[in-house]
Amino acid sequence: MTFEHIKESLADKTVGIAGAGGLGSNCAMALARSGVGNLIIVDFDVIDFSNLNRQYYFYHQLGKKKVLALKENVQKVYPNINVTALAVRLEAHHISSVFKDCDVIVEAFDQKETKEMIIETVMDEMPEKPLVVGSGMAGWGKNSLLKTEQSGNLYVCGDQIHEVSDDMPPLAPRVGIVAMMQANQVLEILLGEM
Amino acid sequence: MEIILNNKSERFEQSHLSIEELIHLKNYTFKMLVTRLNDKLVKKEDRTATQIEDGDKVDILHLMSGG
Repeated sequence: MTFEHIKESLADKTVGIAGAGGLGSNCAMALARSGVGNLIIVDFDVIDFSNLNRQYYFYHQLGKKKVLALKENVQKVYPNINVTALAVRLEAHHISSVFKDCDVIVEAFDQKETKEMIIETVMDEMPEKPLVVGSGMAGWGKNSLLKTEQSGNLYVCGDQIHEVSDDMPPLAPRVGIVAMMQANQVLEILLGEM
Repeated sequence: MEIILNNKSERFEQSHLSIEELIHLKNYTFKMLVTRLNDKLVKKEDRTATQIEDGDKVDILHLMSGG
């Protein structure tokens, strides 16, 4: 498949991204560069200095709503990409209406409680929808532990071992790799296997 | 019975197990788990009542913070 063909088949696709932190911001940029035409991104948070170590934002964007800054950054690359930026705290009762038109949903939250909430809600209310989750990406090194496991239409990217803590912070490389694994999995779902 | 647990075949002496019993048997002590039986979500409150049978496919996903 040429890149022209890839772009053509991705142009009318819609990917929902729940969370615009380290996973969501990097994943959104990769999907945009690959040609996905429509992104629906949900996050209530604003950009903090501590986010700059791994999230696709810049110093001059500190204090801005993440979804608005991400929309700006995506459209700096390709102005024609449709980005629906929802600056709300995603709750269980929003999920099926916010993501109903998405071909795939990416779970990109940082707290395990909210990860659980979206995964359970999608599986319960939209069981046919492919869902790409990130779990286990704290620290550095250990490239070979990072993997994607599939079960039905659930895909889990990460090492499923290393949780974020004070001594095990999230850093750009490992979080970035998992975000790219999520984006790569989305492409495989949308384009089929290469 | 033999089941597919997290994509791997596993054999158990018991002929019936609930999802909750399986979690204890496997010593999954993590707090944040998502469980599925044959690709269908089993909610936390239904884990005790949901029985696993021979040949079933069970997913127990352990969620951890970070992103």
